[in-house]
Order: sequence, then structure tokens, then C-alpha cells
Amino acid sequence: MLSIAADKIDSLFELIGSKQPLYLPVDNNSGKADFKKWEKGVKLSSALKTVRSAKDFFFPKTEHMVSYKVCGKEIEVEDPRKDVEDFVIFGVRACDAKGFECIDNVYMHMNPQDSYYTNRREHGTVITLACNEPVKECFCSTYGIDASLAKASGDVSSWCADGTFYFAANTDKGKKFLEAAASVLKDADDKAVEATKKSISEKIEKLPFAHLDISKLGKVTPEQMNKIFDKDNKTKIWEKASEACLGCGTCTYVCPTCMCFDVRDFATGTDKGIRQVRCWDSCMYNDFTQMAAENPRHTQKERSRQRFMHKLVYYPMAHEGLFSCVGCGRCLESCPVNMNIVKVIKMIQEAGEL
Amino acid sequence: MQDKLIARAKELLAEGKVQKVVGWKKGLFEDDITPAVFTTAEELDKDFVFNKYCKANLSKYLVKITREIEVAKSTTRMNNTMAKQRDPNAEDKPIPQAVVLVFLKPSDTYSFTQLLKENRITRGDVYAIGVPCQDTLDGGDVCENCKNKKPVSCDELIGIEADIEPVESARMAEVAKLEAMTADERDAFWKNEFSRCLRCNACRDICPACTCEKCVFDNNKLYTSQKVAETNFEESLFHIIRAWHVAGRCTDCGECSRVCPQHIPLYLLNRKFIKDINEIYGEYQAGSDMETKPAMLTFNAEGDPETTIVYDRSHDKEAE
Amino acid sequence: MIMSENKNWTPKIVAFCCNWCSYAGADLAGNNRLEYPGNVKIIRIPCSCRLNPLFILRAFQRGADGVILCGCHPGDCHYSTGNYFARRRMTLLFSMLDFLGIEKGRTRVEWCSAAEGVRFAGIMNDFVKQITELGECKKLEDVRCKTN
Repeated sequence: MLSIAADKIDSLFELIGSKQPLYLPVDNNSGKADFKKWEKGVKLSSALKTVRSAKDFFFPKTEHMVSYKVCGKEIEVEDPRKDVEDFVIFGVRACDAKGFECIDNVYMHMNPQDSYYTNRREHGTVITLACNEPVKECFCSTYGIDASLAKASGDVSSWCADGTFYFAANTDKGKKFLEAAASVLKDADDKAVEATKKSISEKIEKLPFAHLDISKLGKVTPEQMNKIFDKDNKTKIWEKASEACLGCGTCTYVCPTCMCFDVRDFATGTDKGIRQVRCWDSCMYNDFTQMAAENPRHTQKERSRQRFMHKLVYYPMAHEGLFSCVGCGRCLESCPVNMNIVKVIKMIQEAGEL
Repeated sequence: MQDKLIARAKELLAEGKVQKVVGWKKGLFEDDITPAVFTTAEELDKDFVFNKYCKANLSKYLVKITREIEVAKSTTRMNNTMAKQRDPNAEDKPIPQAVVLVFLKPSDTYSFTQLLKENRITRGDVYAIGVPCQDTLDGGDVCENCKNKKPVSCDELIGIEADIEPVESARMAEVAKLEAMTADERDAFWKNEFSRCLRCNACRDICPACTCEKCVFDNNKLYTSQKVAETNFEESLFHIIRAWHVAGRCTDCGECSRVCPQHIPLYLLNRKFIKDINEIYGEYQAGSDMETKPAMLTFNAEGDPETTIVYDRSHDKEAE
Repeated sequence: MIMSENKNWTPKIVAFCCNWCSYAGADLAGNNRLEYPGNVKIIRIPCSCRLNPLFILRAFQRGADGVILCGCHPGDCHYSTGNYFARRRMTLLFSMLDFLGIEKGRTRVEWCSAAEGVRFAGIMNDFVKQITELGECKKLEDVRCKTN
């Protein structure tokens, strides 16, 4: 276990940040925290969560995919993947780190592989930070995620206890990071860390949604599925659940596991270059899955239903029980009309008699 | 207060005067409120809530609900006409009347009136009850400087007086502060704020003035589509255009800033338009009555100043 | 003082001219061989009221440094009331653009009738001079639609 005093943490940031891009949660002028690139003078935020999740670094809001330009008879291709440098993200919470795993399953471990995402994953070092003060909106423990980082999470796990930051490497990348920072880190025993882990676990147990029962959601029978899906609109559960939904897409953008995107091309200027860009898309929008004839999901009810079924039923069916929700609570906090997945879980359980 | 409202709603439902109630539904926590439609007394008893977290402006949901009611009416009328053509002795089916009860805080009543003026809501299908704001203060600057304390266009008032003196408010103070910076400083301020914008469109979706069937931002062929912005320009563009489209119709309800997940101070843009309209074309509060035309839909041939007034009114700091 | 990183910069101005008065005025300026800079691009619209604020934003997006709207004198609009609406619209729009950081000097509205060829040339010369002093406008530029 290595450590550094909390009031000296800036020297660690400077050591790392001067050699490669370092990102950490920073307070912005609206009083909330966002991941920002480290530069001299930037202070680590003490907020529990950033407004957007850490998936932004591997699956960015917009990503330049490729540019083509015609030069005589040749076509010049510009591939921005080679421009991605090694970088470090500090202060990722356990929920966000688990979210990476959900996206990895689809973009890295399936065929064809998403080379842009994989490229960034290979270049990124993730340093997780335990959550000293979980809030009532958190329910990561429902999914077996440990906010006290008793289980290895990310490349390096870190804890803040008694005015000191402690670090433990989990992977080779993590070991390399700690070696690079060796000059400012000291050896330490893990007594304070064990005490912190215990106190965090106790706090989590007291949260209102610490243990929602999702055991049966991962393996619903066809009969239960029919009841939950409510195709003939008998129980009207999805109508009631989505009547206030605006279809704004905020939930998909702040969610650590949402990964849909749209690809668009732009012609750049008179030299006829073409630039292909991908950007986040949201299944809540009315033109998602738009086809020539129409959109098969006509109303917000179908779209909301699809999103929650994907996260709680379809994804675990396809990925051995792994849920596409990590209990970070961002959708609870950001939704303009306060719809959220906890309410939906309870509703699904009641409807499917799970 | 909550019990009074539930009791009144149940009364009106029982008398058959209203068939639906639009109100606020309890959630998992005290501050977790969702707008919802109630149709029975049991639902009201179980889920209706009214507390200081009921900030949501319910007037926009009436657009969809009253349209459903009107469509049901006109479909029945059409079917009756067709039936008569086939058989002159056919009996007319009764036109389904339905009225929806809605609870409106004073600020919401202005959005309601504005929507009535624009013919988006059918007045006969709505029974509006004005209720007081329960000190919803942590709406930040928007609520603190609320000018709209006097309810308008309500059928009934519970817990609030009809005649309230207009309040002096300092709601333009932050706008004036920005006006006093140089153009470059303002540019830096807004680029900083807009860089966080996700293009989630929550501000547009919740705004009572934004009720276009097909929004200009829903068009993927245009460079203004609803997806995430690729460049600075697109981020700013959305906000300039949206503020422009609601100019003169914005009632300053503050919903746009409340729902923004990135807490961008959108109310500053809308208040800037309101300030300009008030100072150049005369005091105007959108939605305060049914007759006055909004500033953008009218003109004063002799009285309107030339565009050079933008220079005369400028409070810019002198740039070095 | 020319403010631009690009030494070869010349201002790009877009002028929206209403068909009945100001476009005819521009024609008259041409007939009389009155000179004004060639970097003013004229776009003809039927009435100044046709100008959708999105057009102005589009011009800035594509790299314009200044935008000017020319119309009939108030009271003389070919369609009676168009320029009254345009006047209100542009006042609020320019005020908003200024609020967002686009300097006031980059936008202008001028009234120019069909008989005022000299006035038209004078307006354009003055506006180009003003934009040259303000320098290049990078604030609303969109790299995907660059014209150079």
C-alpha cells in the first residue's frame, strides 16, 4: 500500500499531469463537479459524483472517426486513432468503473470490435476512489458493486482516510502508474484503509435502496416476460410510468452504461474533404430507429419501455446476468420529471410477480 | 394544504365536473415529485402530493390532454354525420365531454394563459385551480426574484388571494451584471457555460412556450439537429435560436434552468430578451391577459426606435 | 488597425438587400459606377421582413465577419409593414448577439431607397471600414462549413 498526505495530493497530480493528460473531478461554476484536464491550480473536487460519468473518456460525446480528401486520383485518409495519447483518470467511483465493464462487453469483446473505444481503453489508466459518503440516491450495492473498493476495481484503487490518500495497484498498468509516482508516495500499512472500507460498508447498508431484489430480473421466464412487457396494454404499467417522460435524453447522457451513437458525415469546405463524426444518440428521441417508412416505436411509452427492459432484462439475458445499470443514481438526480430506474424496478417486480 | 387540494379534487371528480386530474405524484423521497394524471379518488389518496418540491409547471401537459379530448369530440361528430348519411334516422351518439382539473402555481398560470392565447389549449376542457407557491426557494435566482405572484385565468383559487400587489424584484440584476462586461468577456462566459451543454433538449421539452409539433431542431437534415453538438457553434446556436423563438412569449417560469442537468443559467438568456422588450417596447409580461399581442407580433410605426438603439443602451465596459 | 492572425485577411460581408428598395439602390450605384469594396456579397430577398435570424447565424457560421440588412425606409415598405417587423426583430437579435459576445459593430440595419445609389455605396464603404477595424470574427465560425 502506498500513500500521500491529502494536502500534498497536488504534487502527485503535477508529477503525473506534466507528463501525460490527467483528468480529475473539478468543481465548476454551477457548484457541481465535472471531469476536467489537470493544469496548475486546478483542485480536486470533494463531490461524490460528477454530473456526467467517466465513460466520456472512452466513449466521448463526439468523436472524429475519419476524414477523407480527394487529391487528384488518390484519396487521402486521416485516421485520428493514432492521435490518442496515454492518459490517466483519477477519482473514478466504483459504479463508473463497473460501467466500463458493461460497455467493454459490447464494444471490446464482441465481433466486430469497436476499435475507437478499444484504442482509448488501451491508452487509459483508471484510478478508482472509494466513496466516503454515499447518498440516498446510490444503489450500487444492489448490483453487487462495492463502493468501498474491497474488490479490485480499475487499474489502481485509492482511498481517502484520515487526511491521507492510499493507493493499491490492481493491474500491470496500475503498477506502472505507481512506479512513475514513486517519488512522492510513501509506504504505508493498510489499517486506516481497512477501517474506511468497514465504515463505508456500514453506511451503504443503511441506504434505502441498498438491496433491491433483482435476483429474478436477470432470468425471467417467457410467461413473466409477457406480463412485464404488457403488449396489449392491459395493466397499463408502462403508460403510467412514461406519462411524464419528456423524451429529452438526459438519462441516457449521464448514464455510465448507455452506449448508443449516431454517425454523421460533413463536407468540409471547398476542397471537398469529408469528415465522419460519431456522437451520442438517445433511444428516448423520437427519431431513434427511424426508418424509411416510420419509427416502429411510435410513442414515448414504447421508447421508455425499451430502455428499461434493455437495462434490466435484455442485457442480463445476453450477458450472463450482468445488469446494464450500476446504481450510480445519476438518472434519479438529473431527470427533469424525476422518473427513475428504481421506481421502474419496483413496478416490474410487481407486474411480473417476481 | 395538500389535504385541501385532494379533497377538492375528489369532490369535483365525484360530482362529475372533471374526469381527470393533473397533479404531482409522490416518489421515493420527499423531493422526488413526478407530474401525473389521476383518474380516481383512490389514486389521489395514494399518490397525490403538494409540497415545496412541486416545482414542475403542469400547464404544458394540458396541450396533449385537451387535444385528445377535442379529437374524441370531433371523431364522434364526424361519425355521427357519416351515420346520418347512411341512415337519416340514425341516432346521434353523444359527444364525449371531458374536463381536466389542473393545479397551477401563480407562475404556471401565466404559461397557461399564454398557451390559451396561442390556441394550444381549449379553455372549455380545463378547470384550473390556482394554488400558492410553497416557498419553492431553492430554485435559485429564478424563484427568489419571481415577479409572477398574482394568479391569472383560474376558475378557482385555494389558499391564495386573487389580488396581489406586484412585487419589486431584482430579477434583472444578473443580466445587468453581464451587460456590464466587455463583449469578449461575455463570449468567454457563455462559451464556458455552453461547453457543458449535452443537447439533451430538456430545456426545450419542458418549456411551456415550446410546443411546436415539429421543432426546428428535430430536423436531421439541418445543421441544427437535436443530437450532441460537434462544435462550439452548434452548442451556442441551439440556445440562441431557442431563446429567440420564445422571445416575447417566455413567461419567465424558470423551468428551463431548473431541469438542465448541467445547471447552465438559461434564465439569463430569456430574461435578457424580457429586459430588452420591457425597456424598448414597453413593459410586457407574457401571459398576463388574453388580449395584448406579444412584442414580436406587433409594431409601433412611429414609436419604434431604430436598431442603433443597441449602441445607445449598451453598458459595456470600455475594452482596453 | 487590422486585428487578425492571418496577414492576408480581408473582411467578408454579407448584405441582405430587399428587392424593391435597397437592391435597386445597389443597381443604381452600379450604373453610376460608384465604387465600394468587392468583399460585400449581396443576397436579394423580397422584403427585409424575410430575413430569418437563422440566416444571420448561418452567415456567421460560414465565416462572415459582418452582416448588414438593407431595406426600404420605414413607412415606404413595398409590402406596407414588413420593415416595421424587421426593425423590431433585428433590434432584439443584435442585442442578443451582443449579449452572447458577438460585437454590436458586426451587425447593422440600414434603410436605403431605390433612388439612393450614392447612399448605398457610402453605407457599404463605411461598414467595410468598420469590420476591418473589428477584425476577423471567429466566435461563431463552424469548422465544418469553412469557405476557405
